[in-house]
Amino acid sequence: MSSDRIIGIDLGTTNSLVAFMQGESPVVIPGEDGLNLVPSVVALDEKGRILVGNAAHRCLVQTPERAVYSIKRLMGRGMEDVQQELQLFPFRLAEDLEAGEVIRIQLGDKTFTPPEISAFILRQLKRNAERFFNGPATKAVITVPAYFNDAQRQATKDAGRIAGLEVLRLVNEPTAASLAYGLDRKQNGIVAVYDLGGGTFDVSILKLHDGIFEVIATNGDTHLGGDDIDNLLIAIAIDDIRGDMKLEVSSHGEMVAAIRKAVIEAKIALSSQSAAKLEVELPDGRHYLREITQEQFNQLIQPIIDRTVGPCKQALKDAGLKPDQIDEVVLVGGSTRIPKVRALVEELFQRRPHADVNPDEVVALGAAVQANILSGGSEATENMLLLDVTPLSLGIEVAGGVTDKIILRNSTIPASATEHYTTQVDGQTNVAIHVLQGERELAKDCRSLARFDLKGIPPMTAGMPRIEVKFLIDANGILHVSAREQRSGKESEIEVQPSYGLTDEQVEGMILESFDNAEEDFRQRQIIEARTEAETIVAALEKGRQSPAWGVLTSDEKRQIAQLEDELKATVEGDGYDAIRKAIDALNRGTMRLAELMMDTAVNTALKGKTMDQADTGDGPTAPHPMAKAEFE
Amino acid sequence: MSADPKTVISAAKASPAGADYFAFFGLPLKLNLDIALLEREFYKLSRKLHPDLYARAGKQEQDWSMEQTSLLNDAYRTLKDPIRRTEYLLHLGGVELEEQSKTATEEARASGAIKKQVVPPELLEEVFELNMQLEELRMNKKMGEDDPALVKELESQRVSLENKHEALLDELKTYWTDWDKLVDGGSEEDRGRVRDQMVGLLNRRNYIRNLVRDVNEVLGD
Repeated sequence: MSSDRIIGIDLGTTNSLVAFMQGESPVVIPGEDGLNLVPSVVALDEKGRILVGNAAHRCLVQTPERAVYSIKRLMGRGMEDVQQELQLFPFRLAEDLEAGEVIRIQLGDKTFTPPEISAFILRQLKRNAERFFNGPATKAVITVPAYFNDAQRQATKDAGRIAGLEVLRLVNEPTAASLAYGLDRKQNGIVAVYDLGGGTFDVSILKLHDGIFEVIATNGDTHLGGDDIDNLLIAIAIDDIRGDMKLEVSSHGEMVAAIRKAVIEAKIALSSQSAAKLEVELPDGRHYLREITQEQFNQLIQPIIDRTVGPCKQALKDAGLKPDQIDEVVLVGGSTRIPKVRALVEELFQRRPHADVNPDEVVALGAAVQANILSGGSEATENMLLLDVTPLSLGIEVAGGVTDKIILRNSTIPASATEHYTTQVDGQTNVAIHVLQGERELAKDCRSLARFDLKGIPPMTAGMPRIEVKFLIDANGILHVSAREQRSGKESEIEVQPSYGLTDEQVEGMILESFDNAEEDFRQRQIIEARTEAETIVAALEKGRQSPAWGVLTSDEKRQIAQLEDELKATVEGDGYDAIRKAIDALNRGTMRLAELMMDTAVNTALKGKTMDQADTGDGPTAPHPMAKAEFE
Repeated sequence: MSADPKTVISAAKASPAGADYFAFFGLPLKLNLDIALLEREFYKLSRKLHPDLYARAGKQEQDWSMEQTSLLNDAYRTLKDPIRRTEYLLHLGGVELEEQSKTATEEARASGAIKKQVVPPELLEEVFELNMQLEELRMNKKMGEDDPALVKELESQRVSLENKHEALLDELKTYWTDWDKLVDGGSEEDRGRVRDQMVGLLNRRNYIRNLVRDVNEVLGD
């Protein structure tokens, strides 16, 4: 049933993937370029068109002010957090940002919120899936880091909506990985998943039992990943260049981007080589060259990877387990390819980690498994069920600026808590609640989630109303609040002010905008296709000029063809699809006789025993017109 | 475009209060529990109720599934842990532990003060001594003075407190057996006695836990 197709998406910091369960096992759906990984890079080209993935990747170095990477780092975050990120990443904030507004970043002359940028990536994945199915793909399971808070999860859901996807479930990345791993193994036991990606770190401890995947504890750091290793090396290179070569490149966007590219290549090489070269060409033609040995690299990254130790120990403690009680350790995320990381994991858990799964793809594959379960399951998944937890304690701010925890971290979700409130003043009709996430005692040290304003309380003497407020964390890890005044039985209206997020209205607005853009994008695609067709015809015409058939034409005919060709070339430079189309048709008509002549020649040649390929006239006799729509190599 | 950031969500009906976690699992109101059996039931019920199995169902069914599963999870979480299970059973009987007393909590919230806890009588002397030592170490730290002997003393006190904390759990389990015997046949008076013993023990245990926390804070762990 095509309407039931639910795809699994890994929306990663560095790369994104889409997968689908086919029969017994999940498969990653490749892009048009045949590649499974879509770089999480978005760019705006000179014509104002959005580019995603590998096409956008080139822009990072060539036009860095029109490209953005690692947008996941800004999802669900506010201005204060962004200041921290800005010190390490070339995010450009919109100039007209006001306080309290959801952040927007600058791409060329346009601005976008992080969910909108993520939506561009999601839309690309959606298209890849639709191409694969040759049909619609409107429902998805999207993965998020287990340690993502409410605002970050909501932002991911918003991105899905903007991209035209109904997000049926957000699944935690380590849990998704365990699904893909467990589908394969079908063994019971305790599994630890160590997930070190481009921007986030998660560690989850799960109990696998007869198809039930029960998360016991999870921990992590949403500000820790391969990006931090890159930034360290970039800083060293910039320092070197400043010191040794007396050149300040830190504010030179293209140079920093080029350095970043070189650093990443070196980092990857050092996973299998004992040394690698960092080489960058400077604006004045000189070359910065530095060799890094594996030993030096290991020393440099030690403080960064050491930051994963705390969360691992805490997770074990929360689970009430010792390392020797863990049966398997699974590695997820590109950064776990680094030998030093593997060594650290081996030491922490006192066993060799499992590296059979593809660390880049396993999360997407797991998302596809979950998508399958949500669609009703199949033979392969019929006994599988995911029981996940909320990673952060949920609390309410009470008098004295203290947090009163009402749902503890690592509680299996869905989870709920009921609290009772009353009024302080006679006739009070509103009660304000400030909800937070985090483990600290003081509200100011926790993450503000939202302020809820309970309205419409029947006016009574102070202390009389009994307002029952129910807090529910759903299976996505997102909070829902409902309230009722018990004496009157009246349901309370709740006004929500999210601390870091888009309102429903804003998201609605973005969906409509993206539909307009879809219209625009469609046009752009049409133009690109027309241009490609024009190129094909011009190339075929060149071949035509080499063939004996050309000599048969009159000089008038030759001149006319040349003129139509010039006109076509002129329209291709412009943006009018109709103009290009007209010119293509005109040239086709103008070269009709030449084509027929070439056909005759081809047929004659074929009759002489040569194949159509050897006669070099494109597709075989089945092609009605050798100069139209041939495959252009 | 600067849209008004306030969104209105209308409230759903709150679920009926007083859902009995024991009944949810088909268990009697007894404190000794087969944990393995509880887990099996939990998995079995999860497979019936979980929202993932209702992804394609109508809104009403999905809401019901959400309600039921959160109740299941809350029930399992409570019954699985020995202390929470005990506290819950006491709560069902209308008893509240000192620390959890809502009235005291609300008074404290209203006045902005920290709730006062009653010191268990048998710990009076020890607590007095400990608080003196904690105050002394706090002062030393303020002055920037080191006192390794005092630190060592406090560390050993902590160990002793932690052991007491552990031992209390074992003691609690003996009361469980007493209680369970009285569930099927026994006087209200007898049950009241056992209940009071458990309340007293838990209050003591909480108090000791808070002491350990205070020591940790001063020792800077």
